[in-house]
Amino acid sequence: MQYSSPDLPLIPFDISVAAHNVAGVCIALTYLVFLVYTRFSRNRIHYQVTWKGLMPRVIKQAMYYVFGVFRKQEPPFPISEDMKFNHLQQITYVMGMYALVPVLIITGLALMFPEVIIDDIYGIGGTLLTALVHVSAGFFASMFLIIHLYFSTMGASLTSNFKSIVDGYHESH
Amino acid sequence: MIQRCLLILTGLFSSCVLLFALAQEPADNQKCLQCHGQVFYEYFNEWTEQTERKTMNPFYHVDSIRMMGSVHKAFSCTDCHSPEYETFPHSGELRMEQKYTCMDCHGGDETFAKFNFEGIESAFMESVHFSNSNERFNCWMCHDPHGYQLAQREQESIKDVVHMSNQMCIRCHTDQFEFGLLTNKTPSDLTAIHSWLPNQAHHFNKVRCVDCHTDVQEGILVSHKILPKTDAVRNCVQCHTSNSLLMESLYAHRVKESREESGFVNATILNEGYVIGANRNKTLNVVSIVIFGLTVIGLCIHFILRLILLKKK
Repeated sequence: MQYSSPDLPLIPFDISVAAHNVAGVCIALTYLVFLVYTRFSRNRIHYQVTWKGLMPRVIKQAMYYVFGVFRKQEPPFPISEDMKFNHLQQITYVMGMYALVPVLIITGLALMFPEVIIDDIYGIGGTLLTALVHVSAGFFASMFLIIHLYFSTMGASLTSNFKSIVDGYHESH
Repeated sequence: MIQRCLLILTGLFSSCVLLFALAQEPADNQKCLQCHGQVFYEYFNEWTEQTERKTMNPFYHVDSIRMMGSVHKAFSCTDCHSPEYETFPHSGELRMEQKYTCMDCHGGDETFAKFNFEGIESAFMESVHFSNSNERFNCWMCHDPHGYQLAQREQESIKDVVHMSNQMCIRCHTDQFEFGLLTNKTPSDLTAIHSWLPNQAHHFNKVRCVDCHTDVQEGILVSHKILPKTDAVRNCVQCHTSNSLLMESLYAHRVKESREESGFVNATILNEGYVIGANRNKTLNVVSIVIFGLTVIGLCIHFILRLILLKKK
């Protein structure tokens, strides 16, 4: 929608608006399910960050992804039942699920019902600010999606992590 | 010689009347407004020798407050209506008087050249309003001469401009009495015939009817060439794009905001709204494409190196 042009009619604009709205509502509803599930199940332990010494652990994991993979090193923080995320994944998912996605949903709902947006915020249009925040959050969400999909291929085989999504079992390297 | 003198005197007199109007002092029309400006009016009936109280015909009611704020506020009623109306009861024959149109006063007058009345008249005569009405459609079907106000040129908010403009269309297209002045047909349900339009209510609040239902015309602030409904804009992307149709119509005469310097396309829209697709920030677009591109390239390199490693195994 942001890049619409009469010269590039990829998807009809009204259909893309409708699809975007439906997707947004679905995300909002599934996010609610995630919140409830994570709050009342054991899944919440994976989102509890140990902030002390976090940065060195994150860097260590990042170095493994950039160099260690090619040197056939063992993953520094292997997956276990108590720790299904490594520290880099954990901080990314926590930021994503508890900061980025709520911002995306709230601004998206506001744009769906623009009458709730404040008209003027210190001389800047409220709708403009909301749209900018939504588009920026959407961009980062898109980036996360691309990176997340790629890193899903970093299991024992290219498809093992995708099988894990379905059957719930982790296949060791 | 005498005829030439008379012509010059008439021209001078008309100019004086117009200049007087431009002096912006409201005329004293109390004698007419004491009845026509009221919902109920009273008069002494010489036949029954009683003071009678009647309801003013709503089609003859003049909103005196609107009139005080209108462009014609300096005119007295009898400048446009027959002086015989000063007598009450009014003669029934006065209903037959031919009413002035905009062109009778404003046509060919350099004082009003910027409004381009001649262009407006030409455009109107190409419109579906003119062609479908057996010449019964006149300026007053849309424009209230008693309360006409300049909106766009006076930098009113877009919301008010849209509301004011759309009321002219809605008033006729939803009211059997107004619609019936031109046709025996029943006015259509506007909501139903626009049901294809997503976010219909938002569109009706933010965009004028004429933005979709007219052709944009050079030299005319508000196009008067109303198109047949089959020719109305239905392609969303004509407005929701960087080369937005709205910039030639609704926002055509807005002063461009300084935000344009920060890279917003169609920045003037941002003063009072936001149009998806028409308002993009070029800087953000470039930055996002660069970041996205670098990320994809990085991931591709990573993947290729992994594949090479796998093959070596």
